[in-house]
Amino acid sequence: MSRAPRLALALLLAFASISGALVPLGGAWAVQPDEVLKDAGLEARAREISAGLRCLVCQNQSIDDSDAPLARDLRVIVRERLQAGDTDPQVESYVVGRYGEYVLLRPVFAAHTLLLWLTPLAAIGLGIVGLWRLSRRRTAPAEQGLSAADEAEIAALTRRD
Amino acid sequence: MLIEVGHFALALALALSVVQAVMPVWAARSGDQALRAVATPAALGTFACILFSFGALTYAHATSDFSVQNVVENSHTAKPFLYKLSGVWGNHEGSMLLWVLILALFGALVAVARESVPPTLRANTLAVQGLITFVFVLFIITTSNPFARVSPAPPEGNDLNPLLQDFGLAIHPPLLYVGYVGFSITFAFAIAALIDGRIDAVWARAVRPWTLTAWSFLTLGIAMGSYWAYYELGWGGWWFWDPVENASLMPWLAGTALLHSTVVMEKRDALKVWTVLLAILTFSLSLLGTFIVRSGVLTSVHSFATDPTRGIFILAILILFIGGSLTLFAWRAPMLRQGGLFAPISREGALVMNNLFLAAACATVFVGTLYPLLLEMLTAEKISVGPPFFNYTFIPLAIPLLLIVPFGQTLAWKRGDVHAAAQRLFAALAFALVVGLATLAYTWGGPMMAPVGIGLGAYLVIGSVLEIVSRARGYGASRTRKAGVVWRRAIGLPRSAWGTALAHAGVGVVVLGIAAQGWATEGLKTLKPGESLASGPYVATLDRVGPRMGENYSETTAFLTIRNTAGDMIGTVETGKRFYPSRKMTVTESGLLTLGVSQVYASLGEVMPEGSIGLRLYYKPLVLLIWLGAVVMALGGAVSLTDRRMRVGAPAKARTRPVPAGMAAAE
Repeated sequence: MSRAPRLALALLLAFASISGALVPLGGAWAVQPDEVLKDAGLEARAREISAGLRCLVCQNQSIDDSDAPLARDLRVIVRERLQAGDTDPQVESYVVGRYGEYVLLRPVFAAHTLLLWLTPLAAIGLGIVGLWRLSRRRTAPAEQGLSAADEAEIAALTRRD
Repeated sequence: MLIEVGHFALALALALSVVQAVMPVWAARSGDQALRAVATPAALGTFACILFSFGALTYAHATSDFSVQNVVENSHTAKPFLYKLSGVWGNHEGSMLLWVLILALFGALVAVARESVPPTLRANTLAVQGLITFVFVLFIITTSNPFARVSPAPPEGNDLNPLLQDFGLAIHPPLLYVGYVGFSITFAFAIAALIDGRIDAVWARAVRPWTLTAWSFLTLGIAMGSYWAYYELGWGGWWFWDPVENASLMPWLAGTALLHSTVVMEKRDALKVWTVLLAILTFSLSLLGTFIVRSGVLTSVHSFATDPTRGIFILAILILFIGGSLTLFAWRAPMLRQGGLFAPISREGALVMNNLFLAAACATVFVGTLYPLLLEMLTAEKISVGPPFFNYTFIPLAIPLLLIVPFGQTLAWKRGDVHAAAQRLFAALAFALVVGLATLAYTWGGPMMAPVGIGLGAYLVIGSVLEIVSRARGYGASRTRKAGVVWRRAIGLPRSAWGTALAHAGVGVVVLGIAAQGWATEGLKTLKPGESLASGPYVATLDRVGPRMGENYSETTAFLTIRNTAGDMIGTVETGKRFYPSRKMTVTESGLLTLGVSQVYASLGEVMPEGSIGLRLYYKPLVLLIWLGAVVMALGGAVSLTDRRMRVGAPAKARTRPVPAGMAAAE
C-alpha cells in the first residue's frame, strides 16, 4: 500500500481546471526491467528503500513509482550503493546527504518533527484528560441529588404519560 | 442565449440566497411568522435557479458549444457522449457549480422536510444554508464563471484530460460532493442550535438522517476514487495518503464520529457540546478539502500562485465559516446544558471510545497533511510526510477502534456488563482466532501481519452477524432457539439495527481486503510475443501486440493469455497505451481479470520498436473486498435511513415532542 502517490497529480487534474500542462502522466510505470538487480534479496531491499524516498520533481510520489528521469537516477544510485555493500540506513543517509531531508517520505524523529510524531498520542491523551474531567464534573452534582427544577420537570413528564 | 440565461439564473440564485439567509434572522428579531416562512420558497427558488444554470452548462457541453470557454477547454467533438456530460464537472468552474447545486438541493430538501424538523430550527438552518450558498455562488460568479464566451468560437475544443475520461471518475465527484456538501446541513443545524441556545434529543434525531446520507455518499465517493486510482493510474495501489485523498478522509473520519455521537445524544441527551463541535468540524474539514483541491496549495505552492484570486477567496470563505462557527461555539456552547449520565462501561461508553479514536485518527491525518506546509512557512525547513508516516501512526489508532466495534454493539445501554458482553462475544473471538490461525498455517512463510488482519476482519463480520442473531433470539425469559421465531424476530428488528450490523460488517470486509494485500505479488519483465511472465499463482503469456482505434484515441494493445501454474487457461487480458491526439497525452490502460473477488492486473510499460514490451503483472488476492466492503458500509447507511424513525417527513406525531432521555432509552 505504500505504492505510488501519483494520485496527487491525477486527482488534482481530476478536479482542477488544469489544461493538461503538467507532467505527462502516460507512463504510469516506474522500475524498468533493465534496472532490476539479479540478486533478488538486494532488489527487494532496493524496492523497500525506494518506496520511502520522494521523487523530487514529482508531486507526492516515491522514486519507486515515478518514471521521471531523476527518479530513475536515484533508483540506480540506491542499487549501486546496495551492491557496494551499504546497509539500508547507509543508503538512506547517502541520499539524504545529497538531496536533503526532503527526500524522506517518513520524516525523521527530531525536534522539528516532534509535534508531528506526537500528535496521535497527544490527541488520545487530551481526550482522556477531557473525559476524566467531564466525569468528575458530572458525578459531583449528581451526588447532591436532583434540583427542584429537575424534580418538577420529572413530575411534569411522568404526569403526561 | 441559453448560456446567458443560465448565467442570469445563477445571479438570481445569488439574490435569492440572500433572502434565504437574511429573512429568518430578521423574522426572529421582529417575531414576524410570515417573514420566517419566506425561507422555504427562497430555498426552493435558489435550487430551481441553480438547477437551470447547471442544465444550461450541461446543454452547452452536450452539444459541444465551442463559443463557451468552459466547453472549449474541456470538450471535443469526438469525445464519447458520457464524457461530454461528465466533462461538465471535470473542470474547476463546472465542479463548483455542481457543488452549489448539491448545496441548494440539500437546502430545498430541508425546506420541504416539514414534519421532522421543528420550525425555528428549520428556519435557522435554512438561513445558515443560505449564507453558505450565497458565498459559494459569489465565488463562482466573481472568480470562476463557467459561462464566459469566446469570440470567435474555435472549431474544435481542447478535450477533457484523458485520465478523467473514465466511468469511475465520471461518477466520483458527484458522490463525493453529496458527501462533502451533505455535511453542510449538519453544520447548519449545529449553528442554528447554537444561535437558538437550545439543543436536545430532537435536534439529534433531526440531524441523523442528513449525517447518514452525507456519510453514505462520502463513503461511496472515497471508495470510487480509490478504485479509479487503482485501475486507472496503472500500478495497482489503492490508497496513497496523498493530500487530496486525506482531504476526503478527514471529513469522513469526523463524520463517522459525528454519526456515533449523535446516537449517544439521541439516547442519553449527553455529549451535546462535543456533537455540536463535531458537526462544525466535519463541515470545516469538507471546506478545507475543497480549499486543498481547489487552490492546489498543498500539492504545489506553484499551482496556488498561478491563480491566487481563487485560492485567497476560498481561504477567506474558510476563515469566515470555520472562524465564525468556532467563535460562535466558544461563546454559546457553555450555555448548552449537559444531559443524562452513563457508566464508562456501557454502549455509550464504547461510542465515546469510538469518538476518541476517530478524533485522534482525524487529528493525525490533519497534522500529517498540513505539517510540512506549516514547517516550511515558519522555519523554511522542507520535510515530506508520506505514506510511511501515516501507516505508522494511523494503523495503531485504527486497530483498537476496530476491536471495540463488536464489543460496543454487545454492551447494554447506560450500564453494561463486561463479563456478559465478553461471554456473548466469545463465539466471535474464538471464530476469529480459528480463522486467523488457519490462515497463518495455510500461508506459512508469508507475511505475518496479513493473517492477523484476516482474523480482525473475520471478527468484525462475525461480530455483526452474532449481534443480529443474539438480538433476534432475545434476552431473559423471551430467549429462544426456535429457528422460525428467531427468523421472524430478526426480520422485525429495527432497520437501524440491521443498518448498523451491515455497516460494521462492511468495515470487516474492507479489513479483509486490505489484509489480503499482504499476499499480493508483482512480476516485472520485458517480453517478446510468445514469452511469459509469472506473478503469484498465474502466468501471463504475450500473444501479440497490435494497434487499436477508439472514438478519440489510438491504442497500442498487448493481448495476453492468463494461465494458472498447471497450464490451464483462465482467461485473456488486454492492456494498452492510449494516445489522445487532442491533448497529446498517453495514458496506460490496465488490464484486469476478475476471479471471484481477486484480480490479475496487467499494466503495459514501454513498447520497444522490435515488438517487445515491458509488462507488469500483479496478482491481487481478494482486492475487490476493499471496495465492496465500502459499498456494504454505504448500504448499511441506506438501510438505517429507511428506519421508521428516520424517514424524513414520516408522520410521527409522538416524535415531535422532546423525548426524555429515559423514554428514548427504553426503546
